[in-house]
Amino acid sequence: MTSLESHIPSRSPSLGRRPLSRETVIGWGLILVLVAAAVFAHLAGEPFYVNLASRIAIVALAGVGLNLALGFGGMVSFGHAAFFGIGGYVAGIGAFHAFDQSPLFGLSGLPAGSDLMPVLWLSALLVCGLVAYAIGAISLGTSGVYFIMITLAFAQMIYYFAVSWPTYGGEDGLPIYIRNSLPGLDTNNPLVFFTLCMALLGLALFLTQRWMNARFGAALTMARLNETRLATAGVEPRPIRLAAFVISGMITGVAGALFADLNGFVGPSMLSWHRSGEIMVIVILGGVGRLCGPLAGAILFVMMETLLGGLTEYWQLFLGVVLLAVVLFARGGVMGLLAGRERYA
Amino acid sequence: MRDPILALDGLDKSFGALHATRQVSLDLRPGEIHALIGPNGAGKSTLIAQIAGTLKPDRGEIYLERQALSSLSVAERARLGLGRSFQVSSLAEPLSVLRNVMVGVQAVQGSSYRFWKPIRSDADLVEPALRAIEQMGLGHRADTAVSDLSHGERRQVEVACALALKPKALLLDEPMAGLGPEGSAKLTELLEGLKTRVPILLIEHDMDAVFRLADRISVLVDGEVVAHGDSEAIRNNPHVREAYLGEEAC
Ligand SMILES: Nc1ncnc2c1ncn2[C@@H]1O[C@H](COP(=O)(O)OP(=O)(O)OP(=O)(O)O)[C@@H](O)[C@H]1O
Ligand SMILES: [Mg+2]
Repeated sequence: MTSLESHIPSRSPSLGRRPLSRETVIGWGLILVLVAAAVFAHLAGEPFYVNLASRIAIVALAGVGLNLALGFGGMVSFGHAAFFGIGGYVAGIGAFHAFDQSPLFGLSGLPAGSDLMPVLWLSALLVCGLVAYAIGAISLGTSGVYFIMITLAFAQMIYYFAVSWPTYGGEDGLPIYIRNSLPGLDTNNPLVFFTLCMALLGLALFLTQRWMNARFGAALTMARLNETRLATAGVEPRPIRLAAFVISGMITGVAGALFADLNGFVGPSMLSWHRSGEIMVIVILGGVGRLCGPLAGAILFVMMETLLGGLTEYWQLFLGVVLLAVVLFARGGVMGLLAGRERYA
Repeated sequence: MRDPILALDGLDKSFGALHATRQVSLDLRPGEIHALIGPNGAGKSTLIAQIAGTLKPDRGEIYLERQALSSLSVAERARLGLGRSFQVSSLAEPLSVLRNVMVGVQAVQGSSYRFWKPIRSDADLVEPALRAIEQMGLGHRADTAVSDLSHGERRQVEVACALALKPKALLLDEPMAGLGPEGSAKLTELLEGLKTRVPILLIEHDMDAVFRLADRISVLVDGEVVAHGDSEAIRNNPHVREAYLGEEAC
């Protein structure tokens, strides 16, 4: 593909700007379509559809998180619901204590809860980062099926912990009566909330691209493609993977916090293995390791859920068929179909 | 005599009942190519793996410039200056030659946790990598994916990857294997030019290349060094002729 360029005698054909790739164009297209749909629904007075767009953006954000581990790092985590749910509980618990002015966890000495979104997001990042570090540090000693099972086991542990913790609703979950706030913005306005979700999604996509083009991304890509080569080249593979896993969990955690606010509710269902599977399905549908794959996957997934789910209870059967088709015939997922094979700069 | 760069002291390794390395002691001195020859299954690759750190010896120690290596990981040894090529080449197939080589440069600069600057426009990374690639005569292939390279070119990329580490010692495991006469001749020439800069421990079956390149030769049979000396001594060693050169010497 670069045979022409490589005749340029200067330092390197690899230096300098490349033209916009087809993948980038499609990514922007997907973002524009989603934004346009939300704005249109808002103007038409259809908050349900604005919220649906928010849901897509949030689920996509969770997928962007998982994609960093699964797609770019080759770590098949079947436990990302842990981060999604913990993010949700951070938002719920913060709001709970802010609502009744009590200290966190009811322990005097701890600060009061907060209903400020930025505080909750940062807390979700922090808590999910720590949990992901703990899970990753233990799980990354294994690979393949064992890694899948260990991450699943950790997520299940956290699930049962939430179910058996009565303070925050246990099995019934925890309602968020008043949507958390952001100074200067009316977060109850569906379009404003959508804009927030979209902004965070955009930020996550931008950062992921930046990271993957930087040295860290080069090492992570090598860790996935050929771990022996990475170690032989002098870079310790495991800490690179761990860093990616931690960041991945953090991103999915923020998505969870938004999800709790969207629904005004957080419950153990956000932590269940179904949810882990759902995030994974979104990444696979959209295209594993493709920057905007999770967005494409989320659009497809939520549309199917809404359209087919309204027609039949068995919509997941159709989802299964589509997933099977993608895995068998379109290994790059939707992005693979639209933008062609993955290319490395 | 100058201090050796790399020294093996009494290495010993068994796989169950198979004694793959028996009390091997040898060294690599500045400016030399030390060839390691021996029949298939003699334990040559196993020895390289222990030096590079992918296998742990049961006994013995390895020193790189007097520093003991046994407690260090593969990556740490690489950063200290052990460059290695594999008998079966081990590269990231979908990535370009440049990106395969750049990872090593990144490691010597001690900086894989940089999240912002794109590697494509990072001259600190690209230029040393291109230099290593050009040293192996592959400048025109820098942007080609490894999967599109010929077998011989891959071997050269492996050496370029090792060179990117600014190595103090190179461990090359049958770099000429499967190259054909023309490829071998080319690589022989490249290695000859290289040895003044970095000493090479060379495993090779191609005896023409070995006798042309090697300053010293060690012969490994059943995990044991059975003979050691310069080319002339090895060529005329009756023990070696019988054990290894048998079919080729006649
Ligand atoms: N990981 C392992 N486990 C068990 N046996 C092994 C292992 N690696 C190598 N061996 C055995 O050790 C012996 C030496 O193998 P090695 O690959 O070092 O030989 P070699 O001298 O490199 O041979 P060749 O010239 O064919 O490359 C062989 O009998 C091989 O089967
Ligand atoms: Mg071998």
